[in-house]
Amino acid sequence: MTPFIFTRLAQSVLVLFIMSLLVFGGVNLVGDPVEMLINPEADQAEVERVIRELGLDRPVTEQYWYFLVNAFKGDLGDSFIFGEPALKLIIQRMPATLELALFSLFISLVIAIPLGIYAGYKPESKTSKIIMGGSILGFSMPTFWVGIIFIMIFAVHLGWLPSTGRGEIGTFLGINSSLFTLNGLSHVFLPALNLALFKISSVIRLTRAGTREIILQDYITFARSKGLSEKRIVLVHILKNILIPIVTVVGLEFGSLIAFSTVTETVFAWPGMGKLIIDSIYNLDRPVIVAYLMIIVTFFVFLNLIVDILYTFLDPRVRIKGDSQ
Amino acid sequence: MNPKIKKIKEFWKDFSSNKVAVVSLIVFMLILFVAVFAPLVSPTDPYDLNTVSIMNSRLAPFSEDFSGNYFLLGTDGAGRDMVSAIFYGLRVSLGVGVLSGIFALIIGSFFGISAAFFGGKYESVVMRIVDIQLSFPSILVALIILAAFGKGVEKTIIALILVQWAYYARTARSSALVELNKEYVDAARCLAFSNTRIMFKHILPNCMAPLIVVGTLQTAHAISLEATLSFLGLGLPITEPSLGLLIGNGFEYMYSGDYWISIFPGVALLITVASINLVGDHLRDMFNPRLH
Repeated sequence: MTPFIFTRLAQSVLVLFIMSLLVFGGVNLVGDPVEMLINPEADQAEVERVIRELGLDRPVTEQYWYFLVNAFKGDLGDSFIFGEPALKLIIQRMPATLELALFSLFISLVIAIPLGIYAGYKPESKTSKIIMGGSILGFSMPTFWVGIIFIMIFAVHLGWLPSTGRGEIGTFLGINSSLFTLNGLSHVFLPALNLALFKISSVIRLTRAGTREIILQDYITFARSKGLSEKRIVLVHILKNILIPIVTVVGLEFGSLIAFSTVTETVFAWPGMGKLIIDSIYNLDRPVIVAYLMIIVTFFVFLNLIVDILYTFLDPRVRIKGDSQ
Repeated sequence: MNPKIKKIKEFWKDFSSNKVAVVSLIVFMLILFVAVFAPLVSPTDPYDLNTVSIMNSRLAPFSEDFSGNYFLLGTDGAGRDMVSAIFYGLRVSLGVGVLSGIFALIIGSFFGISAAFFGGKYESVVMRIVDIQLSFPSILVALIILAAFGKGVEKTIIALILVQWAYYARTARSSALVELNKEYVDAARCLAFSNTRIMFKHILPNCMAPLIVVGTLQTAHAISLEATLSFLGLGLPITEPSLGLLIGNGFEYMYSGDYWISIFPGVALLITVASINLVGDHLRDMFNPRLH
């Protein structure tokens, strides 16, 4: 058990180290931020002053070393554009992204689980075939394009919902979020639905597969022979049993919602960290690019580490295999 | 009858049992044809500055310009015929998608089969890398590569290969593990064939079915991902206008109601990806022994 956790922890640190090398090395090979930052009419002395100020005159290895040392102190450098710490910029925008991802997770579960159960419960019916066809369509539709269509229909044509930005922010239980005001909800709805689309398709498939398996189990046959109503069987026996695997998988994939929110945030001009990274790439704002990538990679590495460790508690087979390694 | 032809006939009989898959295959063949022969089938060359006129910019679908040129799907902001732009865009999108798919297939099956064949430390290291990579969402992997190294055709292809290879490696390994227990492998070993020969002449062909299923679904995914990256302005440069770039170009005109510049390239993208997915989905059902 302990050696297993130890190897995994070592691997995580190794992955982070390789990522930092890759990201830092790569970012420092691309473009010239000085050219973008400085007034084109500035003289040579001015250019040199800025280069020295940003630490760009030192060798890359030295810059990398300073980057590592500072990163451990929680300082990922100052943004070239905003002049503020990159970490602060990202943390400021994190709530917007989290609220978008959470709301879209909620939408996807509410829509997908009933549809998936239906499709698994009556696999031969016409409706089920339409649901499954729809889920393939959902997989195939490029998210950003659907976002554009949403804007066109609901914002430009019908004028029902706003298409850009985050709305009013309300406070509830000490948490600031736009989910607590009507105006905020109207802003978050379209982007969240857009982000949820892919997840809806995958949860439908997952739920359907789970339902089809559970329906063959003995306890369902037993429940039927006890004379329970079909309604009770579906709502209690099936729903309860598929929720466990679905919640596990969906919880795991919450990270991918955050990663994919870069696209949705760009389409809907949502002021989250996804839009920040895309803007920073355009502006060659190196510290922000590096900081974002390192934060999100760290997030994923530790998410996976926690899941791996949890699995060893839940599934003894993993534990035994891990010990023998 | 030649056994090979018989096999193909049986396969087709199986495949054609699903009408949706057959229609999808035909649609995909048409798209492929259009993409390959784009310069021949397009009404105009959208990137020939002599024929494109800024005077025709943002014409609605079904309209004509003063010299009687007909624009079925309208024109974009620079006055290009949308039909032609989409045909050329398909060429770029499919080209990048298929090319990266082929490279990923080669790299992935090499590592997958060799991991299964040699086992031991090598196998655990390779599969650990695969696991770690698959724990990152595809868009994040692509974002890391493109944010760190900048955009460009080869960088986009590299990013797409990196996103896909792990799926091929995992599939190749699991089917190679099954094949390794079969008698023909023992026979080949007794004949003292070289490891390379056993791996790639004997085992690989028998792993092809699941790899092709993964291949179709992954290629669809790669095409979609490339479009997303190009839309974000991180993927292909403006000199290689893929469908994603066309959609992105039209985005700025959306608010003024010029819907066609974004919508039609998106429809082309959707039809392409959906037709590949539907064929792949059916292939997966066909090769899945649990469903028979």
